[in-house]
Amino acid sequence: MTAALEIEGLEKTYENGFVALQGIDLRVEPGDFFALLGPNGAGKSTTIGIISSLVAKSAGKVCVHGIDINHNFPLAKTYLGLVPQEFNFNVFEKVEDILTNQAGYYGIPRDEALRRTEHFLERLGLAEKRDTRARMLSGGMKRRLMIARALIHDPKLLILDEPTAGVDIEMRRSMYDFLREINAAGTTIILTTHYLEEAEALCRNIAIINNGKIVTNRSIKDLLRDLHKEVFLLDCAGQLDEGLSVPGFDVAVLDDHTVQVVIEKGQNLAEVFAALHEKQVSVVSMRNEANRLEQMFVNLLEQPA
Amino acid sequence: MNRYEQYVAFMTIMRKEIRRYLRIWSQTLLPSAITMSLYYVIFGNLIGSRIGEMGGFSYMEFVVPGLIMMAIVTNSYANVVASFFGAKFNNSVEELLVSPIPPYIILCGYVAGGVSRGLLVAVIVTAVSLFFTRLPIYSPLLVILVVALTSILFSLLGFINAVFANTFDDISIVPTFVLTPLTYLGGVFYSLDLLPDFWATVSQANPLVYVVSAFRFGMLGVSDVNIAFAISMILLCMLVAFWYSLHLLRTGKRLRT
Repeated sequence: MTAALEIEGLEKTYENGFVALQGIDLRVEPGDFFALLGPNGAGKSTTIGIISSLVAKSAGKVCVHGIDINHNFPLAKTYLGLVPQEFNFNVFEKVEDILTNQAGYYGIPRDEALRRTEHFLERLGLAEKRDTRARMLSGGMKRRLMIARALIHDPKLLILDEPTAGVDIEMRRSMYDFLREINAAGTTIILTTHYLEEAEALCRNIAIINNGKIVTNRSIKDLLRDLHKEVFLLDCAGQLDEGLSVPGFDVAVLDDHTVQVVIEKGQNLAEVFAALHEKQVSVVSMRNEANRLEQMFVNLLEQPA
Repeated sequence: MNRYEQYVAFMTIMRKEIRRYLRIWSQTLLPSAITMSLYYVIFGNLIGSRIGEMGGFSYMEFVVPGLIMMAIVTNSYANVVASFFGAKFNNSVEELLVSPIPPYIILCGYVAGGVSRGLLVAVIVTAVSLFFTRLPIYSPLLVILVVALTSILFSLLGFINAVFANTFDDISIVPTFVLTPLTYLGGVFYSLDLLPDFWATVSQANPLVYVVSAFRFGMLGVSDVNIAFAISMILLCMLVAFWYSLHLLRTGKRLRT
C-alpha cells in the first residue's frame, strides 16, 4: 500500500552550517495517527517545513501519498494540510475570509468555499466569530482557526505542529475528540507535541527524533511494553508508619497517607497489595506518579548517539 | 491545478488585495486625492498661471498627465510592497507558499491588486483634475496601454522590494529615496527641453521619463522622447521585472529557508 508519507535519507543543513537533519527515514501509513516527538531543536519543525515546502531540503526523498515532491510538489501539496506551530494568518482579516481565501488558494470555487467555511466554523465552534478579525480571537480560538484552515481543502494527510500549545484543558479535550473523529473518517494525522500524554492518548505509532536523527520509530504499545519500571502512588486510609516496607519492592512513604511504589519489569503489583493488606494498610486509590511515556522519552534521549 | 482552479486562485488573491486597500481607504486612496489636489492648486493654478505655456499647452494642462502618472506609479508600487511585505512579516505568506498555486499566479494576483489600486487612484485624481482644467485625450489607446504597462511595472517593482525588505523601514526607503526623486526629475513638472543638453541626456537614463512622456503624449500629443522607444523601454523593464519576480518566487529567495 502507498504510504501517506514516506521519507528516505532526508538531510538539511542550513546556510549558517547548522545540521538540522542527518538522514532521517520515516514511513507513515494511510489512516495512521502518528506522533513525532523530540526536544526543542531536534528537527521536527524542519521535517514538517520540508514536507510543506517552507524549507528546502539538502538531500533525500519525500513522497506524499506516492507523489515525490521533487517531481510534482503542487499535487503533493493538495494532499497535505498543515497546522504550524506559530500563528501565520493575517490578524487583520476576518475569520470567515481567512477560511474562504484558503479554499480559493486550492482552486475551490467560491460557493463551495463558503459552504465548507460554514461547515468548519460550526464544527470548530467559531460560527459566532465569523465576522471577527483574527487578532481579536483567544489563543484557543486561533488554534482552532488554523485547524479549520488546514482542513478546508479536505487533505488526506494533516500535519499538526504542537496544536494544543497554550490551549486550556477543556478546549484541548474537545480538540482531541475532533482529531480522533477526522482520523476515524480516514484522514492520516501526524502530530508533534511536547505534551507526551497527548501522544499516548491520541497516537498509534510514534517516532522520536533527536539531534536530527530518528531515535526510535514503532508503535506506542511496543514502546510502553519496553519500559523497565513504573512508579505508582497509593493513597491509603489511616495513618501510615514511616518505616513501612515491602520486601523485594522499592517502597517509600511520602506522607501520612501516600506510599510510592516502584515496579520493576517482571514484578507484580498484586504482591504489593497483598503485603500491604497483611500490614493492615488499606489502599483507597492508585495513580501513576509520572507519565510513563515521558520517562521512556527521557531514557531514549539519554542514550549515546 | 487545472486552468479553472488557477483562475479561482488568481481571483481569490486579487479579491483579497482589493478588499485590503478598500478597507483602509483613508490610508490608500484618500492621500493621493488630497496631495494631487494641492499640486493642482499650487503648481497648476497659483504658480502655473505665472509660468505660462509649456509644450504649447497651459502649464496646468501640461502638468496634469504627469501628476496622474505619478499617482499611478506610487500607488501601484505602494500597494504591492506593503501588502506582500505585510504577508511576509506576519507569516501569512505561508498560506500561499504551502498551497499548490503556481508562482506566476501568486505574482499575477498581487500585481492585479496593485494595478487595480493604481487605476482607481488614477480615476480619482483625473476626476479631481477636471475641476481645474480641461483634459484632452490625444490617443485613448495609447493612454490605456501606458497606464496598463506602467502600473504592472511598478507593481512588480514593489513586489521585488517586498521580497528583499527585512523591516518596514526597507519598504519606505525605495519610494522615498529612489522613486520620488526619479518621478520629480522625470519631467512631471517640466519639459526636458528646458534642461541644458547634459542634464537632458542624463535624464534619458531615468525610466520615469519614458513613462511620463508616453502618457503625456497619449493625453496631449506632445512628448520629450520618441514614443515607440518609450513604450519599448517600459515593456522591456516590465518583462525583466516580471522574470525576476518570478525567479524570486520560484526559488523561494527570502521566503523559504
